[in-house]
Amino acid sequence: MNRRTLLLCLSALPMIAACGGDDDTPTPTAAAATTQAAPAPATPSPTPVPKLGGSMILATTTSTQDSGLLDVLVPMFTKQTGVEVKVIAVGTGAALEMGAKGDADAVLVHAPASEKKYVDSADLVEGKLVMHNDFILVGPPSDPAKVKGSMDLTTAMAAIAATGPFISRGDNSGTNTAELNLWKAANIDPKTGVKQREETGQGMGATLNVADQKAAYTLTDRATYLSLKKNLKLDIVFEGARSLLNIYSAYVVSPDKHPNVKVAEARAFVAFMVAPETQRVIGDFKKAEYGQQLFIADAGKKIDELGQ
Amino acid sequence: MEALWEGLKEAVRLIATGDADLYEIAWRTIVVSGSATLFSLAVGVPAGYALARGRFRGRTFLLSAVNTGMGMPPVVVGLFVWLMLVRSGPFGDLDLIYTKRAMVIAQFVIAAPLVVGFTAAAVQALPEELPDLLKVLGAGPVRRLWYIAREARLGILAAIMAGFGGVVSEVGASMTVGGNLQGNTRVLTTAIVTETSRGQNANAMALGIVLLAMAFAVNLVLTLVQQRRPR
Repeated sequence: MNRRTLLLCLSALPMIAACGGDDDTPTPTAAAATTQAAPAPATPSPTPVPKLGGSMILATTTSTQDSGLLDVLVPMFTKQTGVEVKVIAVGTGAALEMGAKGDADAVLVHAPASEKKYVDSADLVEGKLVMHNDFILVGPPSDPAKVKGSMDLTTAMAAIAATGPFISRGDNSGTNTAELNLWKAANIDPKTGVKQREETGQGMGATLNVADQKAAYTLTDRATYLSLKKNLKLDIVFEGARSLLNIYSAYVVSPDKHPNVKVAEARAFVAFMVAPETQRVIGDFKKAEYGQQLFIADAGKKIDELGQ
Repeated sequence: MEALWEGLKEAVRLIATGDADLYEIAWRTIVVSGSATLFSLAVGVPAGYALARGRFRGRTFLLSAVNTGMGMPPVVVGLFVWLMLVRSGPFGDLDLIYTKRAMVIAQFVIAAPLVVGFTAAAVQALPEELPDLLKVLGAGPVRRLWYIAREARLGILAAIMAGFGGVVSEVGASMTVGGNLQGNTRVLTTAIVTETSRGQNANAMALGIVLLAMAFAVNLVLTLVQQRRPR
């Protein structure tokens, strides 16, 4: 019995050795998986980028991750530059904070109003407009608040506030920020002025499921809604207003304020996001599957020009 | 119910077809949680023994601290380790954040109190005079420890199971310090959270079934060892 026990312990030893492996090197199976996920470009990359290698941390939002866009873009970037990207998908609020503390090298976020504060404090620099899609109000098909057919967004928000229920992300994400801005614009206090407003504190997919189960209204980005639509009973009840634009920008975390930032890698990533080939992939992302564009590529445009 | 059934079918399909992603994630889960458990055993068993047999000031205080640690929420441990290892934290220069090593560290902190607590309880259950008896019988210090470990076998194996079970099933700490990076630090529990957050409940269920099957296999082996009658 002693010998057996010893054998058990010995057989577990390789785990320690395996654990000591280099964390930055993906296993062969992982590399194979990412190759599969990458789209096959019609032509080889026309822009030769010097191989940088190494790794960087990208703080971004759950919506880019949940829609699957980054699963396509990140392997492309790694192939072009050799830079391994650690994608940390958190809410926009948390992503901006990581940038402000120098805990990330680049950020990809979608809350222009919140971003301004970090740009003003010079924690985030060299920002570039990358793409946009839009937020939509969704709700139960019976539409108890009669939001469908509202003349404008303020009327729609007021209708929801009067009847409810409304499910909010409540997680300080870009979508949550957009929602709070909509209440503010309609002069409604979300804490007291909305009937049965509840916060999930979770990602968009999970929040849509909650809204679906509770036959409630919620604000969602179109990409996540479309990717989950087949499991949801929720319908679009309002769309198309200019203030529903969901605008994504990429920033380099300031190397002046945070000396540890891997600035070359971060700059390469931001440049990659607005490169013509990447922008084409963004515009075509899942277009065939859903019959409409999930993201509209915006490199070189100004925020004021969008949605015109 | 549909997700449950679809999940079961998907689990069988993934296991049967030898899905590369699944096996990679499952193997990583065993490596990370297994390493954390082994490290916590290396530290926790001697510490548990010392706490059980030692007579020193502050022993009750330490035991209480260990007993509190046994119920510590993993997400709190994760947050603490994250704050230590993140670039702006005190150990940021080690560049450990979002690596498997960071996950092992966090899981070690979760498992260690469990191992210490179970070991201490097991050793205390032995007759007080056992070490002296062995000494009289002429056993050296190493031999004495070995015999005591043998006698405390039930408790120590329970400690291993509690430690491994605790870390293989936790998600908060692994998510926070590992970052859930695809092909790098994604383990079964964090993959389940990802699939759930994407609304892919059948996939999530399939991964959950794989996790359960894996935990059962490990515990079966440990229980077999534990329940064997010494000859």
